[in-house]
Formats: sequence, C-alpha cells, structure tokens
Amino acid sequence: MLTPAQRAAKADLADTLLAAAPASEKDGAWAREARALAARRLREMGAPVRRDEYWRWTDPATLTQLEEPEAAVFSDADESPVFEAAGGLKLVFADGVFRPDLSDPLDGIEGVEIAPLSEAMGADIHWAKDIYGALEGEGHYVPRPLAALNTATARQGFAVRVTGRADRPLHFRYLHQDTRSDAVVHHVVRLEPGAELTVLENGPAAARLNGCMEVDVADAARFHHVRAQGRAHERRAFTAMFARLGRESAYKSFTLTVNGALTRNEQVVDFNGDDAVAHVAGACVGDGDFHHDDTVFVTHDAERCESRQVFKKVLRGKAKGIFQGKILVKAGAQKTDGYQISQGLLLDETAEFLAKPELEIYADDVACSHGSTCGAVDEDMLFYMRARGVPRAEAQNLLVLAFLAEAVQEIEDEALADEVRDRIAGWIDRRR
Amino acid sequence: MLEIRNLHVKLEEEDKAILKGVDLAVEAGTVHAIMGPNGSGKSTLSYVLSGREGYEVTEGSATLLGEDVLEMEAEERAAAGLFLAFQYPVEIPGVGNMTFLRTALNSQRKARGEEELSAGDFLKLIRAKAKDLKMSQDMLKRPVNVGFSGGEKKRNEILQMAVLEPKMCILDETDSGLDVDAMKLVADGVNALRSEGRSFLVITHYQRLLDHITPDVVHIMADGRIVKTGGPELALEVEREGYAHLAGEAA
Repeated sequence: MLTPAQRAAKADLADTLLAAAPASEKDGAWAREARALAARRLREMGAPVRRDEYWRWTDPATLTQLEEPEAAVFSDADESPVFEAAGGLKLVFADGVFRPDLSDPLDGIEGVEIAPLSEAMGADIHWAKDIYGALEGEGHYVPRPLAALNTATARQGFAVRVTGRADRPLHFRYLHQDTRSDAVVHHVVRLEPGAELTVLENGPAAARLNGCMEVDVADAARFHHVRAQGRAHERRAFTAMFARLGRESAYKSFTLTVNGALTRNEQVVDFNGDDAVAHVAGACVGDGDFHHDDTVFVTHDAERCESRQVFKKVLRGKAKGIFQGKILVKAGAQKTDGYQISQGLLLDETAEFLAKPELEIYADDVACSHGSTCGAVDEDMLFYMRARGVPRAEAQNLLVLAFLAEAVQEIEDEALADEVRDRIAGWIDRRR
Repeated sequence: MLEIRNLHVKLEEEDKAILKGVDLAVEAGTVHAIMGPNGSGKSTLSYVLSGREGYEVTEGSATLLGEDVLEMEAEERAAAGLFLAFQYPVEIPGVGNMTFLRTALNSQRKARGEEELSAGDFLKLIRAKAKDLKMSQDMLKRPVNVGFSGGEKKRNEILQMAVLEPKMCILDETDSGLDVDAMKLVADGVNALRSEGRSFLVITHYQRLLDHITPDVVHIMADGRIVKTGGPELALEVEREGYAHLAGEAA
C-alpha cells in the first residue's frame, strides 16, 4: 500500500509529465474532451512507480524520466527490410514523426480509409471519437497510466477505418534516426462488421517510444497484427494495445522482440460479443541488459469466446523476462475457453524469468487453463544433436527456434510466419 | 578402425570407476559384438566413445583411424565418422526430422571440407533411404522421434546412419524394446550398410539380435573389462550358460 505522500508524489509526476507535453490548438472539441478525460485518469492513477503492483518487476523510471532519453542508432543494413515481402501499404515514421515522403499514398487499399491522427483530432465530428481514449479508458481494470498519458498527449498516428476485406496489409514502419528521440504514437482502428485487415509493424521507432493502438473489431470482423520489435539494443518502449471484440469476430496479435534495453508490451482484450476469438502471442530473444515485459489482460464478458495467450522468452546473459497475464471471466460468460502459457528458456544461469499468471472466474461452465515453465536447454537433446554432427551453437539455435515455435504458430498467415521464423534464425546469430 | 587401449573411466561427479581397463580393436569391415550383464559398463563405453559429458577418462586411449577421439568434441567425432545408435533415442519437439538430419549431414560435410548438399539432392537421398526402411513421409516430417513407437525410433536411428554414412557404428542395445518384425527390419538396415570400409560395434544383452546381424567377433564384458573374446559361438554359450558362469570362469 502506498502512503499519502507516495500517492501525492505519483500525482505530481503525472502533472509534470502532462505539463511537459506540448498543447495543440488544432484539436477539435471531441479531441479536447478525450484528452482532458485521459489527463484526469492519469492524475487519479498517478504516474507509475516501482511500488505499483504491476510495475514491481519492471522499473518504469526510464519510461517516465523527464530528461531526454538516449539510445544509439542501430544499423540493420545487413539484412533486408522486415515485412517488405508482404507487399503492404507502407506508412513510415522517423523518430515517431510521420514521413509522407517515405510512405505510400494513404488511399492504396480498397475498403480502408486512412487519415492522420491530427486530421481526425482536428475535425469537429469524427468516427474516431467513439474509440480514441475510449477503449484505453475501459482498459483500466489495472491502472495503465502510460497509456492514459499517451491518449492525453499523442500527436502522431493514424485513424484507420476498414469497411471491406483489405487485400493487402497496412504496414507501419518505425525508423530510429535521432539518438535522443522521444516518440508518442497512437493509432485508432475500426473494423466495420465483416471487415478484415492485417496490420504489420516493425522497427525500433525511437530512443523511447510510447505506442498505443486501440482496435474496435465489430461483429464478424477479423483483425490480424504481426509486429517485429527488432535488434536495436538501447531503445526503450512502452506499447499498449486495446481491443474490443464484437460477436464472432477475431483478433490475433503476435509480437517478436529481439534486443532492446526495456520493452513493456501490454495487451488488453475485451470480449463484448459472443463466439469471438482472441489470440495474443509473443516470442522474444534477448541478451545482456535486455528487459522484456508482457502484461496481458483478457476479459470475457460474453459467451463461448476463446482466448489464447502464448508467450515464450529466450534469455541470455543477464536478460530478464517478465510475464503478467490475466484471464478474467465475468459472471454469465459461459462456455469460455481460456488458455494461457508462458515459458522462459534460460541460456545462462544469470538470466531471469518472472511470471505471474492469474485466473479470475465468476462463471461456472468454463474451461480455462494456464501454465508457466522455466528451464535451461535440455542437455540430452543437445547431446543427441551433437552426436549427429551438429555443432553445439547450431544445435542450441535449433532448440531455441523449436522452443519459440508454439508462439510463432499463432501467426495465421503462413508467409508471415515463415518470415518471422527466418528473422529469428538470423537474429539469434546476429544478435550483437 | 577403432582401437581402445587400457581405457579407465569414472563418473565425473563421484569417485566411481566404471571402466577398468578396456582393450578392444575393431578392424575395418568387421562386426564386433559386446555382450554383458547389466552394469558391466557396456553403455558407458558407448557414451564415452561418442563424447557424452559427465565421464572422466583417467587412463588409456581410444583412436579412430589413428586419431585420438577422446580429445574431440562430440560433433567432431561424428564428422570423423563415429556414429552412436542410441538405446533411448531422444525426442526433440519442434525440430523436424528432415531439418535435423539435413543440418546434421551438412554440418558433417562442412566440417570435413566437403560441399553442402542442396535441399533437392537431400530430399532425393532421404526418400530413397526411408523407403528401404519402410518409413513414411509423415515420419520424416514429424518432429524428431516425437510420437514415434519404440520400433519407429530405432528405425529412425538406422535411417540417420544410412544417410550420414559413418565409418564406425556403435549400436547401443538397439534390440531393446523391439518386436521380432521390427528387429528384422532394423537388422536388415544394418546388414545393408555392412561394407569393407565400415565397422560395427553391437552392444546387446541377448543373442537374438546376433541371429540377424552375424558378428565376426564377440566380446564378453563384466565389471568394466572385456573378460572373454571369441567367435559367434561365444554368444550362443552366453545364451546357454548365462553371464555368471563366464564371468566366473574369467576371474
């Protein structure tokens, strides 16, 4: 429990963070209100500190520090651009700022309306009003102050409305060019009934990123998301995805993380309609100072919905992997099928994996299971492979890929899954 | 081919000698069998030769074609031509049988300075070998040994042997857990690989495998030593008289 003085300090820090963000005069009335509500939420929650229950294992200090963050720019010129082969409509950000000169025209996917966030926020009336800050605001079963800060201050991002089945992915690429960049990006995605879209994201984004995506998936719509947070060693990121799912809809999100000083990926999924499906998965590989945190909260408030959480972490050196995952099944959410697995593979004795799986169930006819394991590479497997001539390092890489396979399998598109497998194979060899 | 001289081995973790002076020479193109009771050190000998960790050689030597194998890493021994067919083949979830075998073959070729085999050529090779051992496409695609029956696992060992074409093959109780038909299939696979440049060391408790794979020389091992050496008739003697009789005779 926090003392009154500690609570006051959290509120003060919240005020300081809000004051540090530049005000925009271009916001329309609805946007001003959405930001004011987010600011109020943040003040009430206070800025995150280590004493908070969901920040015990991940120190938020560098995510809230006022001094400019700093991270060396990492060159990935030794490999082809990630997800290039998927042929998506590419929207490029450099240090968190949209770069039209590097991007495709916004009207390149039939049935998908894309508008810069600033344009949507500047309009007096906009469909994004029902989503921007709304899903994030509903997502506070546990405090998510950094997401509220994002809603209150974001100037960059896109409002994406999908009315049909997109025939190509939407691809956000985040370049990091300035060692001292601090990026805040917020996307809003609305899938109308029966619509379908795949969103790809890749790149280190900035020295520090606060990224939010709110996804409203209407009845029978399908949303796929594949993300690669790759290779740059010193970058820091807080990301949060909020999904609201309608009847018979599907939401599938997979994240691959390699390297990075600090990554906290939050996923908040709410089932609002019956018979929907949500799969959230993540694979990560890290070395040295790597700190990786997946915090997931799935709420079943409808019948016969299926949720899966599959998270795998490969940790070398002093790397630290965190998993905090919850399945909340509300009264009446009968026939819920909930599954959660989190596993750590420790390649060195100095690595650490910390897991907090939680189940909270108020319905009586549900099937929920969860598991968490942590271990080293199996010496018998390693010897068997070496006895057939496979050198130790290569054998270990094969076992690492095998370990991550269950998470990668969650990617529905085979070509994207194959690319992710190839990247992992390349990245574990070139992790320096 | 394989020459073992006065080999003494103890467990790394405890002060317990397991091999107490093994002498054995396997000539090129021959099949030697080692028989012996439980705990005589047969499996330890196979592990020490293939490079498993946890053992300490305190005395003696082992050479393959004149090269000291005890100084090599396990993968180097494999590339040099040593092959151990495991008593308990290991299951590796998530690693495809074909991927594994191709990686193994190309790793060995690379280590020997040979050209790596292309995906197409490898496919042709493995399909032909699998057919001989009556292994389905499905077994090739599945993860290594996962969901395989005991017989399928042993056939998979022989398939690996056929693809990797080692010079010195050690079969560690390959007959354990096999029914008569499976044993015949495995033995046929081994017999097909017998050649002038390839030798076998067949470790077994029972005579029955040796009905199918006829050895040139039979050794009896007891308490960490070879206590008796003879022809195929020695295996029959074991079957008739038991190990206690032979071990007693040697002592």
